[in-house]
Amino acid sequence: MKQPLSLSSKATCNTHGQDSSYFLGWQEYEKDPYDEIHNQGGIIQMGLAENQLSFDLLESWLSENPNVAGFKGNHGELIFRELALFQDYHGRLSFKQAMVKFMAELRGNKVSFDPSKLVLTAGATSANETLMFCLAEKGDAILVPTPYYPGFDRDLKWRTGAEIVPIHCTSSNRFKVTSSALEQAYREAHSLDLNVKAVLVTNPSNPLGTTMTRKELSLLMDFVIDKEIHLVSDEIYSGTVFGPPSFVSIMEVLDERKYDGHDVWDRVHVVYSLSKDLGLPGFRVGAIYSNNEYVVAAATKMSSFGLVSSQTQHFLSVLLSDDKFTCNYIEENKQRLKLRHSLLVSGLSSAGICCLESNSGLFCWVDMRHLLSSNTFEAEMELWRKIVFRVKLNISPGSSCHCTEPGWFRLCFANMSEATLDVAMRRIKEFVAEIVVTRPGNPASNNQRPSHSRPLTSFRSPLSKKSLAKWVFRLSLHDGRER
Amino acid sequence: MGSHSSNRTRVPLSRMAMGNGHGEDSPYFDGWKAYQIDPFDPAENPHGVIQMGLAENQLCADLIEEWLIDHPEGSICTAGGSDKFRDIANFQDYHGLPKFRNGIAIFMGKVRGNRVKFDPDRIVMSGGATGAHDLIAFCLADPGDAFLVPTPYYPGFDRDLCWRTGVKILPVNCKSSNNFKITKKALEEAYNGAVDAGIRVKGLIITNPSNPLGTTLDRATMKDLVDFVNEMNIHLVCDEIYAATLFRGPDFISIAEVIEEYDDDCCNRDLIHIIYSLSKDMGLPGFRIGIVYSYNDDVVRCGRKMSSFGLISSQTQHLIASMLSDDEFVERFIAESSARLAKRHGYFTHELERVGIRCLDSNAGLFVWMDLRELLAEQTFEAEMVLWRVVIHKVKLNVSPGSSFHCSEPGWYRVCIANMDDQTMEIALARIRSFVLENMMGNCMRVVRSKESKAVECKLKVSFSNRKMEEVMKMPCSMSPCSPMPPRSPLVRART
Repeated sequence: MKQPLSLSSKATCNTHGQDSSYFLGWQEYEKDPYDEIHNQGGIIQMGLAENQLSFDLLESWLSENPNVAGFKGNHGELIFRELALFQDYHGRLSFKQAMVKFMAELRGNKVSFDPSKLVLTAGATSANETLMFCLAEKGDAILVPTPYYPGFDRDLKWRTGAEIVPIHCTSSNRFKVTSSALEQAYREAHSLDLNVKAVLVTNPSNPLGTTMTRKELSLLMDFVIDKEIHLVSDEIYSGTVFGPPSFVSIMEVLDERKYDGHDVWDRVHVVYSLSKDLGLPGFRVGAIYSNNEYVVAAATKMSSFGLVSSQTQHFLSVLLSDDKFTCNYIEENKQRLKLRHSLLVSGLSSAGICCLESNSGLFCWVDMRHLLSSNTFEAEMELWRKIVFRVKLNISPGSSCHCTEPGWFRLCFANMSEATLDVAMRRIKEFVAEIVVTRPGNPASNNQRPSHSRPLTSFRSPLSKKSLAKWVFRLSLHDGRER
Repeated sequence: MGSHSSNRTRVPLSRMAMGNGHGEDSPYFDGWKAYQIDPFDPAENPHGVIQMGLAENQLCADLIEEWLIDHPEGSICTAGGSDKFRDIANFQDYHGLPKFRNGIAIFMGKVRGNRVKFDPDRIVMSGGATGAHDLIAFCLADPGDAFLVPTPYYPGFDRDLCWRTGVKILPVNCKSSNNFKITKKALEEAYNGAVDAGIRVKGLIITNPSNPLGTTLDRATMKDLVDFVNEMNIHLVCDEIYAATLFRGPDFISIAEVIEEYDDDCCNRDLIHIIYSLSKDMGLPGFRIGIVYSYNDDVVRCGRKMSSFGLISSQTQHLIASMLSDDEFVERFIAESSARLAKRHGYFTHELERVGIRCLDSNAGLFVWMDLRELLAEQTFEAEMVLWRVVIHKVKLNVSPGSSFHCSEPGWYRVCIANMDDQTMEIALARIRSFVLENMMGNCMRVVRSKESKAVECKLKVSFSNRKMEEVMKMPCSMSPCSPMPPRSPLVRART
């Protein structure tokens, strides 16, 4: 019997990132998922940034618009054949028009988008990878502020061969991007012999849940102009901004500063998707928006590898063209997110846990530094393991988001009922109370917010460092879900 | 947002973006352009270009329409199915909906006469077969590696297998002298050529049933391929996208069946992979249903992770799962589709035969592989292109020249026949008859002006037996007003 034939190096490496703890937490959840009725002791999923708060709005719309479902056009005529055969990578014009209208509405109509500059892709996962294939190659680097969405390791690097060099952001200034951090990342890339091709930001941020200020955006623009590189703004959470300050898209800055006619006009690209704002991750609707005709041309051809189903394009073109629906949805969705966010924040606060102040997203960036046994990532993993296995909450440790400081965790709030969130908050409160009670010589009472500067002793972990490392880095086998 | 010249972008894009690996700079796109500028429409543009370059299956759309009307629960948007809306809309697991994978596995089995069973857990989703080829190439090969591909082959492979992956295609030349069969000799020649050039061959890619030939591989050839890949220790990727387009014997033999005849020590199943899609068999290219089926666990695992970049919309998965779970519908569809293809193919080839045009004898596919070698002034690819331009611009049929399929011999053309109704097909046939007729009067000179106004002389020679000429003369001849008539022909004058 011959030696097994090797697969490609991409197949055998682990750049897909699914060995990380982010995905391992999901595996544990899948073995023992919480259910309000059937498994009240199970693990509550707080690691998945899904928006499940507004399905009823979509369902009402469906019941009021029965034609769209049965492959029927505006006049009730069957359009199945036309849809079944439609595989033009330019996408359906009616859908792109509806998408750009929706994107403009999300930005308070402060900017408008041209449907001919929109490229449709199978989700933002595909949009980000496709954009990277167009902008970068092996030997190039993309600068990304930390903490960032763990999936970027796969989406930006895996098959493209590009590298990510982090722009280190810290809690000292609420993780805002600074010009010195940008410069440092740029130098680091060069020291690694990499050619910097772009900065990629997520705005609103995952995992922070904050929107970038105009000052930050201007800083970014100045930086990419100076270095003559691209700027990619992943605005997938643009419809989840529920509080001030209001969302400022990079496209607004580009417009306001009248960069039209300047080089940089061609180097700013936006990524979008309906997975978060509309809660439709299953439909695989992503988009790249660019003023650069070469990017649009290349990305359009490349989208052949992951087009949006024409069935889905048709459905969404009718849904998103309905102004009454979209306006109402955008507002109502925000209100519900705001409420749910405040429930999480107050629930954590009553357990003595703070969150980074945030105004968007489907999650909070939670500060558990005071619960660490030491200011190390080992201690973070130790705490995380307890929270997954004992408290039975699947949350995402900051290290999986490449955060430079241990002790931060992302907790999602929009993928469960209020009742479930309540259960989660009670569990956390109980857990924290236990730690406080059993900590020797700790003057902090249950009612006081513990100081961040005093590391607390915690339970002795039964795991040795070696077995912890082995467990953390074992291959993920079952996970298939995103973000 | 204003427009402006992009040559002010000083930062180049990637080589991949700026290069022509997408394959669309080829001259073959002229046919598409001609069609797009002047598309045939029976009412609005009856003299336009008829699309015969697109391998679509439009013959059974009515069956699916009926099913949709009778089964509103197939759509999550109807009253019948909306209770599932939120679960489906939220479902993004790259394993796919279990009922979707089960439905596909069962369908694949049915299409192969239930002679083999497929394991739903080996099914990996992709963005159409286009996405499937890109994915399998990423899994199996590194930049600079090569796949052997028998010619003629689907032009899209150049993009799908190579563009983003950096992998090369090395042709395995097949000849008309033995009906383009894949021979051991040709395989070995191609493989040894790669070795001599220092290129690492990672696999062999076949399309069975073949595009563009429309033929299926016989068992002996299939076994030769299995033996070859095992001997060379390379992968075998079988694109079976046309599996259900079989319309007559001999039977389609899937690689899944062939490997059942081997013991484990004679065939390493880790080398075997199947590409599939519903774009051709069910005529649903818009729904982007692509499948990679691999007997290799590592490929399934890796492929699944990569499928994140081109998952099938859960809305579509749900619809297909519903449809494919309807056994009665599926069995009726497969039988009826085959019958309609047989009828279309039979009639079309018979009518061509009557004007002396032969096609490769075929038993599957949505096209015929037409032999126009006799119409070439000389047996060169230049002459093939000249004739092709005449067919597009004068006969007004968009067909695909064999050179676009990397055919090693000039004079062959792929003509698609399942993407139009009977009326359009009759018009296409009438145009072909006219074209043949006007060239039957012996050697004639034509001046063809392309839209770019460059004049090209085309000397066409046709030799037909007297008997054939009599037959053609007897046929009802609806002349296309667009075909150039030789002013000297008394026959034509008599009819106009």
